[in-house]
Amino acid sequence: MTPLVEAVDVTRQYRLGRGPDAVVVEALRGVSFAVGEGEFVAIVGPSGSGKSTLLHLLGALDRPTTGSLRFSGRDVADMDDGDLAELRNREIGFVFQQFQLLNRTSALSNVALPLVYRGASRAERRELAGAALASVGLSHRLTHRPAQLSGGEQQRVAVARALVAEPRLLLADEPTGNLDTATGHDIMRLLATLNAERGVALVVITHDVEVAALAPRQIRIRDGLIEP
Amino acid sequence: MNVSEATRVAFTAIAANRLRSGLTVLGVVIGVMSVVLLVAVGTGARNVVTAGVEDLGSNLLLVVPGSFEFGQAPTVSKFTLDDVDRIERELGGEVAVTGNLASGETVRAGSVSAFASVIGVTASFDEVLNREVVRGEFITDSDVATARRVASLGAGAARALFPDSDPIGKDVSVAGLRFRVISVIGEVGAAIGVDRDSQVLVPITAAQRLFGTQRVDAIFVKGPEREELEATGDRITALLAERLDDGEFSVVTQDEILGVAGTILDTLTLVLAAIAGISLLVGGIGVSNIMLVSVQERTREIGLRKALGARTRDITAQFLVEAIVLCGVGGVIGIALGVGLAELAAAVSPLPADVTGWSVALAFGVSVGVGVAFGVFPARRAGKLDPVVALRYE
Repeated sequence: MTPLVEAVDVTRQYRLGRGPDAVVVEALRGVSFAVGEGEFVAIVGPSGSGKSTLLHLLGALDRPTTGSLRFSGRDVADMDDGDLAELRNREIGFVFQQFQLLNRTSALSNVALPLVYRGASRAERRELAGAALASVGLSHRLTHRPAQLSGGEQQRVAVARALVAEPRLLLADEPTGNLDTATGHDIMRLLATLNAERGVALVVITHDVEVAALAPRQIRIRDGLIEP
Repeated sequence: MNVSEATRVAFTAIAANRLRSGLTVLGVVIGVMSVVLLVAVGTGARNVVTAGVEDLGSNLLLVVPGSFEFGQAPTVSKFTLDDVDRIERELGGEVAVTGNLASGETVRAGSVSAFASVIGVTASFDEVLNREVVRGEFITDSDVATARRVASLGAGAARALFPDSDPIGKDVSVAGLRFRVISVIGEVGAAIGVDRDSQVLVPITAAQRLFGTQRVDAIFVKGPEREELEATGDRITALLAERLDDGEFSVVTQDEILGVAGTILDTLTLVLAAIAGISLLVGGIGVSNIMLVSVQERTREIGLRKALGARTRDITAQFLVEAIVLCGVGGVIGIALGVGLAELAAAVSPLPADVTGWSVALAFGVSVGVGVAFGVFPARRAGKLDPVVALRYE
């Protein structure tokens, strides 16, 4: 079976500065792995290990410098920026450490945002966003703005937003990083439940070993390489 | 993202920063308001002049000294009453001819005095220049022939000199000479800035004696039909050319006067509109500046939207629509203010502002155009942001 995401000998280099003084930084130095449909994987590593770079590649926000990265068998090298945007819109849901909610609109509008970019009607967006918020236990917070919600609630809104487009891959970048321990546990439980019940693949990037321990499979990354 | 969605997002973003949006829009508001208002004033001025000239009558020929051109200095007339007579004889029954000689004088009636334009006229002046005698009889040919000291008062002059009595049969004195009032002329209003109601008309021969000259300032010919006006003009030109040199006189029609006046006023309107346009341009630069700040501030939002599936053109469209909405709103407010001020000016001042449809449409179109022109750069910049960099932006 074709894996959901497959990386083969992927490297990613950044050029810092310009001209002859430019310094090339190797964030990833050749990583290969695959994430299957419905899998729950934790990517663990200290800061500077290259795990954020990996997250951006898995999220189709960035392209590898060399190597091949395939989503359901399609290589990102064969896709243009518009294709990547569509891939992110339909197949990938993001949960960020900083929640990344738009402060000037309601929880409902925040959750509906991905649907805007696939041309869903207003009625359809409201319906789907309402259902997504209900599934994370926030039916009573539809019209609240992010500032009126607790940190845990904000992260639940963000999870609902990641879910609303019914993606096949949920990418969580330090999802508990800005939350207290108990709330962090709640969010991780929610994500694990979604993975188990809906069969959406879950990749959690963390430096917290406790969080990583929840995942059946862990990928350890250090200095741009996967540790065996 | 479709246009209505983008517009909704734009309004939300604008509303989220009310004070800043308001101040940004102010530049466009003032620009559009100035365009509408100043063009209205220019157009109003033009209307007044046009109405004044048309009031003279469409089949009127003016014989004036010098050459009739824009920028020409006034020339002293070389016409005499003989010229008037010759034109009258030559063109006979087809036309009515009159000449005049004017001077500003202080006119007295008893203890009352008023400054008036004293005009020496021939007997057909009332007919040629559309004056209606409301009381008494107008100056006659025999009055002109004998240089009788009689006067026909304009409605305003009659009111000023004889505030509470009937002027007919009374005397007025001009430069120490007495003139008997024989008639009063009906209200005609002002034309081209001349208050025709305050005129005092006397036989031209009496005026020549009064002012010590044989001159006639201008000759007016009321032609038969508008179509024959040019031919009649040519005949008058030929006739006068026998005696006068080329540059010493010209025969002009109402359309030619309108042409010259119109050129001056169109230029004026254009200059006013251009000045207003500059303020609109400055307003546009303000919008561009604020849009750049806005893009900077919302870098993370842009990164997030891209992560959620927004394409480059979705983001560009969002910010472009925001700039257009900002300018469009400013345009509407500016038009409302401009029209309001123009109406106000027309109501409380003698300035006859006239709001024209084209200036409103143009002002709105230009303000939206300013939104596009000055929004494109920030919007493209927003669209091109790298989502990875944008998401990390602090």
